[in-house]
Amino acid sequence: MSSDEATGADQATERYTLSVNGTDRPVADAWIGESLLYVLRERLGLPGSKNACEQGECGSCSVLLDGVLVASCCVLAADAAGSDVRTVEGLSPEGELTDVQRAFVDQGAVQCGFCIPGMIVAIHDLLDRRPDADELALREAISGNLCRCTGYGRVFAAFHAVKQERARAST
Amino acid sequence: MPAPSMPSTFTRKRRAPGLGESVLRPDAPAKTKGQFAFSSDLWMEGMLWGATLRSPHPSARIRSLDPAPALAIGGVHAVITNDDLWGSRTYGLEHHDQPVFADQVVRYHGEPVAAVAADHPEIARRAAAAIAVDYEVLDPLVDSEAAITAPPIHPDGNLFRHLKIRFGDPGARGEVVVEGDYEVGMQDQAFLGPESGLAVPSEDGGVELYVATQWLHVDRDQIAACLNLPREKVRLTLAGTGGAFGGREDLSMQIHACLLALVTRRPVKMVYSREESFFGHVHRHPARLWYRHHATRDGRLVSVESRMVFDGGAYASSSTAVISNACAFAPGPYFVPNAKVDGYAVRTNNPPCGAMRGFGAVQTSFAAEAQMDKLAAALGMDPVELRLANALKQHDQLITGQVIIGTAPVAECITACRDLPLPEPLAADAPALSLPGGAGLTALAGDVRRGVGFAVGFKNLGFSEGFDDYSTARVRLELGPADEPLATVHLATAEVGQGFVTVAMQIARAELGVREVVVQAADTQVGSAGSTSASRQTMMSGGAIQMACSAVREVLLERAALDLHLAPADMVLEEGELVTRDGGASVSLADALRAGPIEATREFHHAPTEPLDENGQGNAHWSLAFAAHRAVVDVDPELGLVKVVQVATAQDIGKALNPLAVTGQIEGGIAQGIGLAVMEEIVLDQGKVRNPSFTDYLLPTALDMPPVVQTWIEQPERGAPYGAKGVGEPPTVSSTGAVVAAIRQATGLPLRRVPVRPDDIALTP
Repeated sequence: MSSDEATGADQATERYTLSVNGTDRPVADAWIGESLLYVLRERLGLPGSKNACEQGECGSCSVLLDGVLVASCCVLAADAAGSDVRTVEGLSPEGELTDVQRAFVDQGAVQCGFCIPGMIVAIHDLLDRRPDADELALREAISGNLCRCTGYGRVFAAFHAVKQERARAST
Repeated sequence: MPAPSMPSTFTRKRRAPGLGESVLRPDAPAKTKGQFAFSSDLWMEGMLWGATLRSPHPSARIRSLDPAPALAIGGVHAVITNDDLWGSRTYGLEHHDQPVFADQVVRYHGEPVAAVAADHPEIARRAAAAIAVDYEVLDPLVDSEAAITAPPIHPDGNLFRHLKIRFGDPGARGEVVVEGDYEVGMQDQAFLGPESGLAVPSEDGGVELYVATQWLHVDRDQIAACLNLPREKVRLTLAGTGGAFGGREDLSMQIHACLLALVTRRPVKMVYSREESFFGHVHRHPARLWYRHHATRDGRLVSVESRMVFDGGAYASSSTAVISNACAFAPGPYFVPNAKVDGYAVRTNNPPCGAMRGFGAVQTSFAAEAQMDKLAAALGMDPVELRLANALKQHDQLITGQVIIGTAPVAECITACRDLPLPEPLAADAPALSLPGGAGLTALAGDVRRGVGFAVGFKNLGFSEGFDDYSTARVRLELGPADEPLATVHLATAEVGQGFVTVAMQIARAELGVREVVVQAADTQVGSAGSTSASRQTMMSGGAIQMACSAVREVLLERAALDLHLAPADMVLEEGELVTRDGGASVSLADALRAGPIEATREFHHAPTEPLDENGQGNAHWSLAFAAHRAVVDVDPELGLVKVVQVATAQDIGKALNPLAVTGQIEGGIAQGIGLAVMEEIVLDQGKVRNPSFTDYLLPTALDMPPVVQTWIEQPERGAPYGAKGVGEPPTVSSTGAVVAAIRQATGLPLRRVPVRPDDIALTP
């Protein structure tokens, strides 16, 4: 890459609109190479999706793109124009928690918390697709969500608490 | 699941609310919603992005360095190198031997050479890459053993420390002797929140830094020296910290971001990528250890001899303290009347190593526990019985000559761990995901062999060897907006995920009988809290809060006594009321606070310790914590694949102040121990890091992590606030050894090195 190509001029040219959590969000003056994660965090004020690896390995940036769980660090933001993007910020209204979020709090599944938004997005996705998922299915579903603090034990406990609560609510 | 007993000492009314209960984290709801501000989430109008240029060579001379190509790029505001520094050019935790930017030479792969500030992170990265550096590549010194006598690669020499321990009769011989060589690979802390922060120039010519770190004050002192600013002009505030595990005890982007902010007069944000993070912090020391154990025929330890070399990499960091722990705890938690230990921490052109959870005790525990199994085999004894027969206890001497005055329930840990339930045998129809190899569908249930292994470990809590270890707390009690008593707790203690904020609230509530407690952001506007390391903050900062609350309470009692024309000694604080001892009269906290807020600042210092003498003897440690681990593994010997099936543990914790938090610390610590046992290693090739990514540096996932069965030994530690011991590190000290012992039992292989890789199992003849 020559230095000419990396001037500010070549970077501030893109304009597009993202649909994030049901709202149209215009993006202006963006560099075409920016990831969806970067644009969410740095341009749209949605830092809930995390940047633990930006290599598609850790799951901390997980979002739903047209209903499919993706690592937003590996999606070009401009490619997401025209798609429905759902982030952790869209899961629950201000001041409220989803049942999965509540269970993470109550069961002690949160330590440093850096992996937690991505993990919660992934667990909601699993339970939406497979309401009957068991612990092994959970382990497989979140095996792409690295956590360095908890050893996952309280995460499993939170999952079981959600399952029990949903079973109770449906009877 | 633990069955914590409720500590009886907390049933007194004054301490009734909170302590000993699983109070939930105050920051957890925001963390689940993505609303908790981590250091990488910071944003400020007009901020620039910083990037670092790092050496691609482990050893080289810099012939020339030209920043012009970077400065020519539009959007670049500054390039800064060693030539531009105006303050101290070096820094370090204990020894200031590490250059802020490479000064004529580079000594490790990834050493910072320059930093850039630009409008956009991509411009900053490209500009850093555009800086023209002409290197004369040199042969790196990468062999830690050779480093002891090799020509120095730094003006301060290659030997950080040679520690000698001579205890009893170092030449004592036993009837049964076993000997072995062991090796531990380089582990990474791999905290998920990358190194990051925001530096903001202030109007007085100083700088404000919002950063994820473990020890704000020591960061500040190093930064101030390199900026040539008085300490009071360098103000640090802890930003949301995504884990640490020792890896944030040394500086990473702090000085660079502050320099760029001062040069550009703009806020500067720096966020490391995962790749840069692998180069941006110290790692766990790789170690080579030789051991010879002597015992009587009936299984009493007679002597332990050891020689160990720890590779500290290019700069000192905390190597001298790491080797001290490694030597002092070399035999493991057993009484041994004679010992001869030589430990070396050396400088090489490998990446710098320093603090990581377990801090020196991990490496020796792995080797010493392998030796105990070898000794048991030579004696024809059960390995657990051998450990029980030699278990350290209170009033025994360590090999440093120190008599243990604190609690030392080693035998209790061993028996409690041994008696925990074992998992079910592997079912013939077990799902493939639960077999070795997991999702790869590689192992067949019929080929799998099960093994069980045991290991016991210990380490010191708090800082040792004469360091004046303390923490400072400021507690303010006043009437809040709703006329409710409100306590504000202010410390510089780094909450890195461990749960200190919860314990701080619990202590303040318990001591002051108030419901509303605010834990203020940690910053350098209050005295030092020491580091969030050495399992020390619940004890040290917890102790400081207890003392400050106590001082506030004294004023409350004086005010109430004055109101009632009594002496303060006639009054007590119970359930938020100041009552006479006979219960006849009372003053509410709110009434006592109408005369104005009460504030107190106190320091908690732990009992003094001593340096070690020329024979490695001295009362160097304050408090010790112990744990036993039992691991069960399934192994496919042909493919060399391991599945850890269960880890059971009994841990000496003094008293649980928050049982849920203790549970999580133990599970998380064991996960890191399993990682070192079977997967985690920074792979080096002639000093070059080969796997700086989560693609190639493997961490335990939800599929790798087995159930943890835990129980606690609760014997209150005298001199420690509420009798609690730190709980963070013991889970990591001996869980590695237990897993490897289990693999040895399943395979019959000696397995002298961690991590154990598939080829160590499948390709060993």
